[in-house]
Amino acid sequence: MVPLPYYLVLSGMLFACGVVGFLIKRNIITIFMSIELMLNGVNLSFVAFAAQWHALSGQVFVFFVMVVAAAEAAVGLAIIIAVYRTRETLNVDQVNLLKL
Amino acid sequence: MLHLALFLMFGAICIAGAINLLVQSHPINSALSLIAVMASLAVEYLLLGAEFVAAVQVIIYAGAIMVLFVFVIMLLNAGVEERTRGSRVAILFGIPGVLVGSVLIAWLLLRHSGTTAVGIGALPGSPQTIGWLLFHDFLLPFEVTSVLVLIAIMGAVVLASRPESIEERRQG
Repeated sequence: MVPLPYYLVLSGMLFACGVVGFLIKRNIITIFMSIELMLNGVNLSFVAFAAQWHALSGQVFVFFVMVVAAAEAAVGLAIIIAVYRTRETLNVDQVNLLKL
Repeated sequence: MLHLALFLMFGAICIAGAINLLVQSHPINSALSLIAVMASLAVEYLLLGAEFVAAVQVIIYAGAIMVLFVFVIMLLNAGVEERTRGSRVAILFGIPGVLVGSVLIAWLLLRHSGTTAVGIGALPGSPQTIGWLLFHDFLLPFEVTSVLVLIAIMGAVVLASRPESIEERRQG
């Protein structure tokens, strides 16, 4: 039997790791993975609250978050490929102009 | 007791994987540690009685999405990232701020730890009930997300295809 706050602390730590990665990483693909990490932390708190309140709606919302994450991954990785094709780099410090 | 031991073990793997994601400088190492995080999160879902969510987590997240990531990393031949030095203000105020904030949030959450907990199998989280909810109570959001996925597929194809090929198709 694990109390709910333990899950919330774990999910908060995962989210915080995602935020830190988003801010300090320089590779655009790793920044993208940090966003996935944040979404996973949110999913964990959804499932923990669903178990706490005996409401399955929380688990259904996890599926919606997963669908959005999958769509975001597909579009984002396509954008990364397009950026790499024009700039020949994955470093976000060198991708600072909207126009070439 | 066993629940708590499993929670602590896989929670530790989660946090270690997340920190490893930040520390590693090569994207492929970060991707592999993210897969470890997702797999141990699936165990946490099992502990919460959400069997179907755990299965979907492994299949979609650790399977499909991470394969996409690894595929793009190998396609673009991503190398070791260049490190830049952080600003001194960020180190001076950021690290103490993060420590104080996280301790405050953890204390607030753990202060209410007298709440009851549920065991495995206590929730009817079977695929049948979730499917009924998904196609009955949440039918409209489900349809909207299907449209979203369709738009995302088309957007990905348009973005990733070469501009010249689109031009050729328009003329030919």
